[in-house]
Amino acid sequence: MINIPSTLKISLRALRVNKMRSALTMLGIIIGVGAVIAMLAVGTGASKQIEQQISSLGSNLLMVVPGATSAGGVRMGAGTQSTLTLGDADAVLKECPAVSDVAPVLGGVAQVVYGNQNWSTGVTGTTPGMLNVRDWKLSTGRAFTEQDVKSATKVCLLGQTVVDMLFGGLDPVGQIVRIKKIPFAVIGILEAKGQDPRGQDQDDAIYVPVTTAQKKLFGTAFPGMIRMMMVKAKSTEALNTAEREINELLRQRHHIGQKQDNDFTVRNLTQMMQAAEESSKVMTMLLGAIASVSLLVGGIGIMNIMLVSVTERTREIGIRMAVGAKTWDIRLQFIIEALTLSLTGGAAGIVIGLSSSQIISSLAEWPTIVSPLSVLLAFSFSGLVGIFFGFYPAYKASLLNPIDALRYE
Amino acid sequence: MPLIEAKGIKKVYRTGDIDLCALCDVFLTIDKGEFVAIMGQSGSGKSTFMNILGCLDKPTGGKYLLEGIDVGGLDRDELAAIRNKKIGFVFQGFNLLSRASALENVELPMLYDGLSSKERKQKAMYALMSVGLEGREGHHPNQLSGGQQQRVAIARALVNNAPIILADEPTGNLDSKTSTELMELFVKLNTESNITIILVTHEPDISGYSRRVIKFLDGRVVSDEVKESGSDEVRK
Ligand SMILES: Nc1ncnc2c1ncn2[C@@H]1O[C@H](COP(=O)(O)OP(=O)(O)O)[C@@H](O)[C@H]1O
Ligand SMILES: [Mg+2]
Repeated sequence: MINIPSTLKISLRALRVNKMRSALTMLGIIIGVGAVIAMLAVGTGASKQIEQQISSLGSNLLMVVPGATSAGGVRMGAGTQSTLTLGDADAVLKECPAVSDVAPVLGGVAQVVYGNQNWSTGVTGTTPGMLNVRDWKLSTGRAFTEQDVKSATKVCLLGQTVVDMLFGGLDPVGQIVRIKKIPFAVIGILEAKGQDPRGQDQDDAIYVPVTTAQKKLFGTAFPGMIRMMMVKAKSTEALNTAEREINELLRQRHHIGQKQDNDFTVRNLTQMMQAAEESSKVMTMLLGAIASVSLLVGGIGIMNIMLVSVTERTREIGIRMAVGAKTWDIRLQFIIEALTLSLTGGAAGIVIGLSSSQIISSLAEWPTIVSPLSVLLAFSFSGLVGIFFGFYPAYKASLLNPIDALRYE
Repeated sequence: MPLIEAKGIKKVYRTGDIDLCALCDVFLTIDKGEFVAIMGQSGSGKSTFMNILGCLDKPTGGKYLLEGIDVGGLDRDELAAIRNKKIGFVFQGFNLLSRASALENVELPMLYDGLSSKERKQKAMYALMSVGLEGREGHHPNQLSGGQQQRVAIARALVNNAPIILADEPTGNLDSKTSTELMELFVKLNTESNITIILVTHEPDISGYSRRVIKFLDGRVVSDEVKESGSDEVRK
């Protein structure tokens, strides 16, 4: 029969006697647990951010860009001109059954002026399909229509950053802004989306009808030319089908022969982002693993101190055995001692981990997310470390011969 | 059935190539309620014998029967239980836990016997009282005199109502007045509580308290005398 409260009392007393030593031993575990929690928080934060950015791009997204793909990525010969046209975009929407919407993109950077405020931002010409393709909603106002595209009206949608820069607190809808000195009526404001996966502010943007962009803002080499198109597939499962359909259709439209390379490239953004997300998860695991090593080192510190403690207290062990302590009474005494060290260290480590995550995210402006699971994991790992590294010294103590232990000097 | 029966107990220490026979074929029986003094010059094997009787050490040969049970066949935990319930050991060097109070030291055997803390405290206080240490329960060993420390050790030996107390030179580190007081305590425990006492000593006058004196020489029992009247005289 083992008396846990009394054993705990004995262990705590032994730890109190060597306060400095106990504290230093715990430090190893504190750093270990703190590091595991902080590193996992950094990694999880990064994954989460990438995840959010992916969903901010819009789901089931394909991008069709001019130029052929080589092993090194997109290859564009010098002087090569875009081969994609508005006609291609229309054809993709009409003739590819797996495609739900298409948005052509044509644009550049332009100076925008409102009153005495001015701001330089990306102006994109596109079709009403853009909002659907990007899963983007308006916070106020209305979107432009097919009619606006047909008649190349001078209307625009503003991103939140542009609104903040030009209007301050005013309501921009109905106001007139000048883009490249040409007046445009603001008809709607886009909801804030934040950064894209490349770290660019997606809200620092203005959308205008593609025809207006072509005719009024950015002259093109030939009418109908676009820079690229964004395509939304009907579902995630339809992404591959859509990609194949677009390839076939555009090869046909561009008269590309059997042996010739494509003069365009279809990129599956979701897949690319998933790969990025995957690699950030791997990074999280790697960070966690490196931090765990320090936890392990902390555990070895505990074992070291427990072995010293067993040696120092050989006579005490002998006395306990002489009055009837059994094998497990002695073992538990030392295991509880090691556990107390590691769990107290673990608890302090949680505090350190949480606060250093906070510090990292405020100093490095790196989002950190402390998941309860990582805290639980680190804490129970520290408990395991205590039991694992405490067991050997405890086992060693319990196997002492009573008379040898009593005679130990 | 005798309480203790040693049947040809041997203890051989091997140091290098030489076998040293610390105990050579010791045959002895001790009955319940006896008060036995063990004497003999230093190195004659008294402590070795006591440690074997106290189940702290194992003989290399022969049989040791305690209440008819062959102790040689028991495992570590069974031996621990015997030390806990049947035997109280009093050492020359006291062997108290220095970081624990007198009370906690006396409670120690009960800690390994599963008693509630209330019961432990009650019994430990009673044991301390019976060795004349009321009011000292909170003292740590370094706050007590040698004689008082040995009384704490005796209280610890008593507290589980062990039928046997083994004392290896319990007064070896104490002055003669304190020694006499302690010997009287042992005698009292023997006569009033009928505890079997086996006590190693060098001093002939201390051995006078006991009725039976066993002498060791070079690991053998060389004499085993029972005095019929001697002890009564001293006790007066
Ligand atoms: N652990 C040991 N290793 C080797 N020899 C020992 C050991 N313990 C005791 N001895 C030897 O055994 C003999 C008996 O010792 P001991 O029983 O302590 O004698 P006593 O208590 O009568 O003085 C001595 O010669 C001693 O040197
Ligand atoms: Mg001796």
